[in-house]
Amino acid sequence: MTRSLPLVGFLLLVALFGFGIWWNTQHDPREVPSPLIGKSAPAFDLPLLDDPSRTASKAAMLGKPYLVNVFASWCVACGEEHPVLMAQGRTLGVPLIGYDYKDDPADAKAWLAQHGNPYDLVVADREGRTAIDFGVYGAPESFLIDAKGVIRYKHIGPFTPEVIEHKLKPLIAKLKQEAP
Amino acid sequence: MNRALLRALATFLLAFSCLAAAQAIDPLPFKDHAQEVRFQNLTRQLRCLVCQNENLADSNADLARDLRHEVFGLMQQGKSDDAIKQYLVDRYSDFVLYDPPVKRSTWLLWFGPGLFLLFGAAVVLVTIRKRSRAARIDSRLVDNATIEQGDDW
Repeated sequence: MTRSLPLVGFLLLVALFGFGIWWNTQHDPREVPSPLIGKSAPAFDLPLLDDPSRTASKAAMLGKPYLVNVFASWCVACGEEHPVLMAQGRTLGVPLIGYDYKDDPADAKAWLAQHGNPYDLVVADREGRTAIDFGVYGAPESFLIDAKGVIRYKHIGPFTPEVIEHKLKPLIAKLKQEAP
Repeated sequence: MNRALLRALATFLLAFSCLAAAQAIDPLPFKDHAQEVRFQNLTRQLRCLVCQNENLADSNADLARDLRHEVFGLMQQGKSDDAIKQYLVDRYSDFVLYDPPVKRSTWLLWFGPGLFLLFGAAVVLVTIRKRSRAARIDSRLVDNATIEQGDDW
Protein backbone atom coordinates (compact mmCIF):
# COMPACT_ATOMS: atom_id res chain seq x y z
CA MET A 1 0.00 0.00 0.00
CA THR A 2 2.62 2.53 1.04
CA ARG A 3 4.67 1.49 -1.96
CA SER A 4 1.96 2.55 -4.39
CA LEU A 5 1.32 5.81 -2.56
CA PRO A 6 3.63 7.93 -4.75
CA LEU A 7 2.01 6.46 -7.84
CA VAL A 8 -1.45 7.23 -6.50
CA GLY A 9 -0.33 10.78 -5.67
CA PHE A 10 1.13 11.16 -9.13
CA LEU A 11 -2.06 9.92 -10.80
CA LEU A 12 -4.14 12.29 -8.67
CA LEU A 13 -1.98 15.18 -9.79
CA VAL A 14 -2.26 14.07 -13.42
CA ALA A 15 -6.02 14.00 -13.02
CA LEU A 16 -6.02 17.45 -11.39
CA PHE A 17 -3.84 19.07 -14.05
CA GLY A 18 -5.70 17.27 -16.82
CA PHE A 19 -8.94 18.68 -15.44
CA GLY A 20 -7.35 22.13 -15.41
CA ILE A 21 -6.36 21.85 -19.06
CA TRP A 22 -9.80 20.58 -20.00
CA TRP A 23 -11.46 23.37 -18.02
CA ASN A 24 -9.40 25.99 -19.80
CA THR A 25 -10.40 24.68 -23.21
CA GLN A 26 -14.04 25.07 -22.19
CA HIS A 27 -13.70 28.44 -20.50
CA ASP A 28 -11.97 31.59 -21.60
CA PRO A 29 -9.92 32.61 -18.56
CA ARG A 30 -10.09 36.23 -19.73
CA GLU A 31 -13.87 36.23 -19.57
CA VAL A 32 -15.09 38.23 -16.62
CA PRO A 33 -18.48 36.98 -15.42
CA SER A 34 -20.97 39.80 -15.45
CA PRO A 35 -22.72 40.42 -12.13
CA LEU A 36 -25.39 42.35 -14.04
CA ILE A 37 -27.19 39.37 -15.55
CA GLY A 38 -30.68 39.15 -14.12
CA LYS A 39 -30.42 42.72 -12.87
CA SER A 40 -31.94 45.87 -14.23
CA ALA A 41 -29.74 47.42 -16.89
CA PRO A 42 -28.04 50.64 -15.82
CA ALA A 43 -29.82 53.78 -16.94
CA PHE A 44 -28.33 55.27 -20.06
CA ASP A 45 -29.02 58.26 -22.23
CA LEU A 46 -26.64 58.38 -25.15
CA PRO A 47 -26.49 60.48 -28.31
CA LEU A 48 -27.16 58.80 -31.63
CA LEU A 49 -24.15 58.44 -33.86
CA ASP A 50 -25.93 59.88 -36.87
CA ASP A 51 -27.57 62.74 -35.06
CA PRO A 52 -26.00 63.68 -31.72
CA SER A 53 -28.82 66.12 -30.98
CA ARG A 54 -31.10 63.13 -30.45
CA THR A 55 -30.53 60.51 -27.76
CA ALA A 56 -31.63 56.99 -26.96
CA SER A 57 -32.35 56.16 -23.33
CA LYS A 58 -33.21 53.11 -21.34
CA ALA A 59 -36.61 54.57 -20.47
CA ALA A 60 -37.44 55.09 -24.14
CA MET A 61 -36.41 51.52 -25.00
CA LEU A 62 -38.63 49.86 -22.39
CA GLY A 63 -41.49 47.71 -23.63
CA LYS A 64 -39.74 45.38 -26.01
CA PRO A 65 -36.57 43.29 -25.86
CA TYR A 66 -33.47 44.43 -27.72
CA LEU A 67 -29.87 43.45 -28.26
CA VAL A 68 -27.06 45.89 -27.56
CA ASN A 69 -23.83 45.18 -29.41
CA VAL A 70 -20.75 47.05 -28.21
CA PHE A 71 -18.41 47.73 -31.11
CA ALA A 72 -15.76 50.18 -32.22
CA SER A 73 -13.99 50.97 -35.44
CA TRP A 74 -10.61 50.37 -33.72
CA CYS A 75 -11.65 46.91 -32.54
CA VAL A 76 -10.21 44.07 -34.63
CA ALA A 77 -12.51 41.36 -33.27
CA CYS A 78 -15.51 43.52 -34.18
CA GLY A 79 -14.40 43.26 -37.80
CA GLU A 80 -14.56 39.48 -37.46
CA GLU A 81 -18.00 39.66 -35.93
CA HIS A 82 -19.36 42.17 -38.40
CA PRO A 83 -20.19 39.81 -41.31
CA VAL A 84 -22.10 37.58 -38.87
CA LEU A 85 -24.21 40.51 -37.74
CA MET A 86 -24.70 41.64 -41.32
CA ALA A 87 -25.98 38.19 -42.23
CA GLN A 88 -28.04 37.44 -39.13
CA GLY A 89 -28.86 40.78 -37.52
CA ARG A 90 -32.17 41.16 -39.32
CA THR A 91 -33.24 37.59 -38.59
CA LEU A 92 -33.03 37.96 -34.81
CA GLY A 93 -36.49 39.44 -34.42
CA VAL A 94 -35.35 42.08 -31.94
CA PRO A 95 -33.89 45.52 -32.61
CA LEU A 96 -30.11 45.46 -32.81
CA ILE A 97 -28.63 48.49 -31.13
CA GLY A 98 -25.04 49.36 -31.98
CA TYR A 99 -23.04 50.77 -29.09
CA ASP A 100 -20.08 52.66 -30.45
CA TYR A 101 -17.52 52.41 -27.66
CA LYS A 102 -14.76 54.97 -27.10
CA ASP A 103 -14.61 55.82 -30.74
CA ASP A 104 -14.27 58.86 -32.94
CA PRO A 105 -17.73 59.38 -34.50
CA ALA A 106 -16.16 60.09 -37.89
CA ASP A 107 -14.19 56.83 -37.75
CA ALA A 108 -17.27 54.90 -36.70
CA LYS A 109 -19.36 56.35 -39.52
CA ALA A 110 -16.66 55.60 -42.06
CA TRP A 111 -16.35 52.05 -40.69
CA LEU A 112 -20.10 51.45 -40.98
CA ALA A 113 -20.17 52.99 -44.45
CA GLN A 114 -17.38 50.71 -45.57
CA HIS A 115 -18.52 47.44 -44.01
CA GLY A 116 -22.27 47.96 -43.93
CA ASN A 117 -24.57 48.87 -41.08
CA PRO A 118 -26.39 45.95 -39.45
CA TYR A 119 -27.84 48.14 -36.67
CA ASP A 120 -31.31 49.55 -36.26
CA LEU A 121 -29.86 52.34 -34.17
CA VAL A 122 -26.34 53.32 -33.19
CA VAL A 123 -25.57 55.15 -29.97
CA ALA A 124 -22.17 56.67 -29.29
CA ASP A 125 -20.34 56.58 -25.97
CA ARG A 126 -17.22 58.50 -26.74
CA GLU A 127 -15.85 58.67 -23.19
CA GLY A 128 -16.94 55.17 -22.22
CA ARG A 129 -18.58 56.41 -19.01
CA THR A 130 -21.86 54.56 -19.48
CA ALA A 131 -19.93 51.50 -20.62
CA ILE A 132 -18.37 51.29 -17.15
CA ASP A 133 -21.88 51.04 -15.69
CA PHE A 134 -22.50 48.14 -18.05
CA GLY A 135 -19.27 46.47 -16.97
CA VAL A 136 -17.84 46.66 -20.47
CA TYR A 137 -14.13 45.93 -20.55
CA GLY A 138 -13.57 45.43 -24.23
CA ALA A 139 -15.30 45.09 -27.53
CA PRO A 140 -17.19 43.33 -28.85
CA GLU A 141 -19.61 42.58 -26.04
CA SER A 142 -23.34 42.12 -26.35
CA PHE A 143 -26.24 42.45 -23.95
CA LEU A 144 -29.71 41.04 -24.39
CA ILE A 145 -32.16 43.25 -22.53
CA ASP A 146 -35.78 42.29 -21.98
CA ALA A 147 -38.94 44.38 -22.19
CA LYS A 148 -38.65 45.34 -18.52
CA GLY A 149 -35.10 46.57 -18.98
CA VAL A 150 -33.44 43.60 -17.28
CA ILE A 151 -30.17 42.25 -18.71
CA ARG A 152 -30.84 38.60 -19.50
CA TYR A 153 -27.70 37.54 -21.28
CA LYS A 154 -24.24 38.84 -21.98
CA HIS A 155 -21.93 37.58 -24.65
CA ILE A 156 -18.27 38.51 -24.44
CA GLY A 157 -16.28 38.46 -27.66
CA PRO A 158 -17.48 38.16 -31.22
CA PHE A 159 -20.74 36.45 -32.05
CA THR A 160 -20.37 33.33 -34.14
CA PRO A 161 -23.20 31.72 -36.14
CA GLU A 162 -23.13 28.86 -33.57
CA VAL A 163 -23.57 31.17 -30.59
CA ILE A 164 -26.40 33.00 -32.33
CA GLU A 165 -28.14 29.76 -33.27
CA HIS A 166 -27.73 27.84 -30.01
CA LYS A 167 -27.70 30.54 -27.36
CA LEU A 168 -29.05 33.83 -28.58
CA LYS A 169 -32.00 32.74 -30.65
CA PRO A 170 -33.50 30.38 -28.02
CA LEU A 171 -33.20 33.17 -25.45
CA ILE A 172 -34.87 35.68 -27.75
CA ALA A 173 -37.67 33.19 -28.38
CA LYS A 174 -38.14 32.88 -24.63
CA LEU A 175 -38.24 36.65 -24.15
CA LYS A 176 -40.82 36.98 -26.90
CA GLN A 177 -43.00 34.44 -25.17
CA GLU A 178 -42.80 36.43 -21.96
CA ALA A 179 -43.71 39.72 -23.62
CA PRO A 180 -45.22 39.30 -27.05
CA MET B 1 36.76 54.19 -22.65
CA ASN B 2 34.75 51.20 -21.62
CA ARG B 3 33.65 52.89 -18.44
CA ALA B 4 32.51 55.96 -20.32
CA LEU B 5 30.47 53.76 -22.60
CA LEU B 6 28.91 51.97 -19.66
CA ARG B 7 28.07 55.23 -18.01
CA ALA B 8 26.44 56.51 -21.16
CA LEU B 9 24.43 53.32 -21.44
CA ALA B 10 23.35 53.52 -17.81
CA THR B 11 22.28 57.13 -18.22
CA PHE B 12 20.36 56.24 -21.33
CA LEU B 13 18.56 53.35 -19.66
CA LEU B 14 17.78 55.34 -16.54
CA ALA B 15 16.38 58.20 -18.57
CA PHE B 16 14.10 55.86 -20.44
CA SER B 17 12.92 53.96 -17.41
CA CYS B 18 11.91 57.27 -15.83
CA LEU B 19 10.08 58.17 -19.00
CA ALA B 20 8.16 54.90 -18.92
CA ALA B 21 7.17 55.41 -15.28
CA ALA B 22 6.08 58.96 -15.97
CA GLN B 23 3.89 57.78 -18.80
CA ALA B 24 2.25 55.07 -16.73
CA ILE B 25 1.06 57.54 -14.12
CA ASP B 26 -1.22 60.20 -15.41
CA PRO B 27 -1.30 63.21 -13.12
CA LEU B 28 -4.47 63.62 -11.09
CA PRO B 29 -5.20 66.70 -9.00
CA PHE B 30 -4.98 65.21 -5.52
CA LYS B 31 -5.95 67.37 -2.58
CA ASP B 32 -2.97 66.30 -0.52
CA HIS B 33 -0.32 63.63 -0.23
CA ALA B 34 -2.47 61.46 2.05
CA GLN B 35 -5.13 61.24 -0.60
CA GLU B 36 -2.59 60.30 -3.22
CA VAL B 37 -1.25 57.53 -0.99
CA ARG B 38 -4.78 56.28 -0.41
CA PHE B 39 -5.43 56.33 -4.15
CA GLN B 40 -2.25 54.40 -4.92
CA ASN B 41 -3.06 51.90 -2.22
CA LEU B 42 -6.58 51.36 -3.47
CA THR B 43 -5.74 51.07 -7.17
CA ARG B 44 -3.07 48.52 -6.33
CA GLN B 45 -5.76 46.24 -4.91
CA LEU B 46 -7.86 46.40 -8.06
CA ARG B 47 -7.35 44.37 -11.17
CA CYS B 48 -7.15 45.80 -14.65
CA LEU B 49 -9.85 43.98 -16.65
CA VAL B 50 -7.96 44.23 -19.93
CA CYS B 51 -4.47 43.10 -18.97
CA GLN B 52 -5.53 40.83 -16.20
CA ASN B 53 -2.20 40.32 -14.50
CA GLU B 54 -1.77 43.99 -13.85
CA ASN B 55 -3.40 46.15 -11.25
CA LEU B 56 -5.14 49.42 -11.97
CA ALA B 57 -2.26 51.46 -10.60
CA ASP B 58 0.31 49.97 -12.97
CA SER B 59 -1.70 49.33 -16.06
CA ASN B 60 -1.40 51.46 -19.13
CA ALA B 61 -4.59 50.17 -20.73
CA ASP B 62 -7.17 52.70 -21.79
CA LEU B 63 -9.87 51.19 -19.60
CA ALA B 64 -7.51 51.15 -16.62
CA ARG B 65 -6.99 54.89 -17.04
CA ASP B 66 -10.74 55.43 -17.22
CA LEU B 67 -11.25 53.36 -14.10
CA ARG B 68 -8.49 55.25 -12.28
CA HIS B 69 -10.32 58.45 -13.09
CA GLU B 70 -13.54 56.82 -11.90
CA VAL B 71 -11.91 55.82 -8.61
CA PHE B 72 -10.48 59.31 -8.27
CA GLY B 73 -13.89 60.86 -8.92
CA LEU B 74 -15.53 58.62 -6.31
CA MET B 75 -12.85 59.59 -3.80
CA GLN B 76 -13.62 63.26 -4.41
CA GLN B 77 -17.25 62.47 -3.64
CA GLY B 78 -16.11 61.26 -0.24
CA LYS B 79 -16.76 57.56 -0.85
CA SER B 80 -14.94 55.11 1.39
CA ASP B 81 -12.51 52.52 0.01
CA ASP B 82 -15.05 49.76 0.60
CA ALA B 83 -17.78 51.70 -1.19
CA ILE B 84 -15.48 52.26 -4.17
CA LYS B 85 -14.57 48.58 -4.29
CA GLN B 86 -18.24 47.66 -4.11
CA TYR B 87 -18.99 50.10 -6.94
CA LEU B 88 -16.52 48.25 -9.16
CA VAL B 89 -17.59 44.78 -7.97
CA ASP B 90 -21.20 45.67 -8.89
CA ARG B 91 -20.05 46.25 -12.45
CA TYR B 92 -17.17 43.85 -12.94
CA SER B 93 -17.76 41.13 -10.31
CA ASP B 94 -15.29 39.97 -7.65
CA PHE B 95 -12.84 39.49 -10.45
CA VAL B 96 -11.82 43.11 -10.14
CA LEU B 97 -10.49 42.49 -6.62
CA TYR B 98 -7.04 41.00 -6.26
CA ASP B 99 -8.02 39.60 -2.88
CA PRO B 100 -11.00 37.33 -3.42
CA PRO B 101 -13.55 37.62 -0.59
CA VAL B 102 -14.20 34.57 1.59
CA LYS B 103 -17.53 33.11 0.56
CA ARG B 104 -18.94 29.74 -0.34
CA SER B 105 -17.64 29.72 -3.91
CA THR B 106 -14.12 30.63 -2.78
CA TRP B 107 -13.86 28.27 0.20
CA LEU B 108 -11.79 25.79 -1.78
CA LEU B 109 -9.50 28.58 -2.89
CA TRP B 110 -8.98 29.87 0.63
CA PHE B 111 -8.92 26.63 2.58
CA GLY B 112 -7.78 24.18 -0.11
CA PRO B 113 -4.07 24.64 0.66
CA GLY B 114 -4.81 24.00 4.35
CA LEU B 115 -6.61 20.80 3.39
CA PHE B 116 -3.62 19.73 1.33
CA LEU B 117 -1.35 20.38 4.28
CA LEU B 118 -3.59 18.36 6.62
CA PHE B 119 -3.71 15.52 4.11
CA GLY B 120 0.07 15.53 3.80
CA ALA B 121 0.47 15.63 7.56
CA ALA B 122 -1.88 12.66 7.92
CA VAL B 123 0.11 10.66 5.36
CA VAL B 124 3.36 11.44 7.14
CA LEU B 125 1.86 10.54 10.53
CA VAL B 126 0.52 7.20 9.32
CA THR B 127 3.84 6.35 7.68
CA ILE B 128 5.85 7.17 10.78
CA ARG B 129 3.56 5.09 12.96
CA LYS B 130 3.79 2.13 10.64
CA ARG B 131 7.55 2.36 10.50
CA SER B 132 8.00 2.58 14.22
CA ARG B 133 5.68 -0.37 14.70
CA ALA B 134 7.60 -2.34 12.12
CA ALA B 135 10.86 -1.38 13.78
CA ARG B 136 9.59 -2.58 17.13
CA ILE B 137 8.54 -5.94 15.70
CA ASP B 138 11.84 -6.20 13.91
CA SER B 139 13.87 -5.54 17.02
CA ARG B 140 11.91 -8.22 18.87
CA LEU B 141 12.40 -10.78 16.17
CA VAL B 142 15.84 -10.06 14.97
CA ASP B 143 19.11 -11.42 16.15
CA ASN B 144 20.88 -11.25 12.88
CA ALA B 145 20.79 -8.54 10.26
CA THR B 146 19.98 -10.78 7.36
CA ILE B 147 16.25 -10.24 7.42
CA GLU B 148 15.12 -8.52 4.34
CA GLN B 149 13.63 -5.20 5.17
CA GLY B 150 11.00 -3.92 2.84
CA ASP B 151 11.36 -0.39 1.71
CA ASP B 152 8.32 1.44 2.90
CA TRP B 153 8.63 4.03 0.29
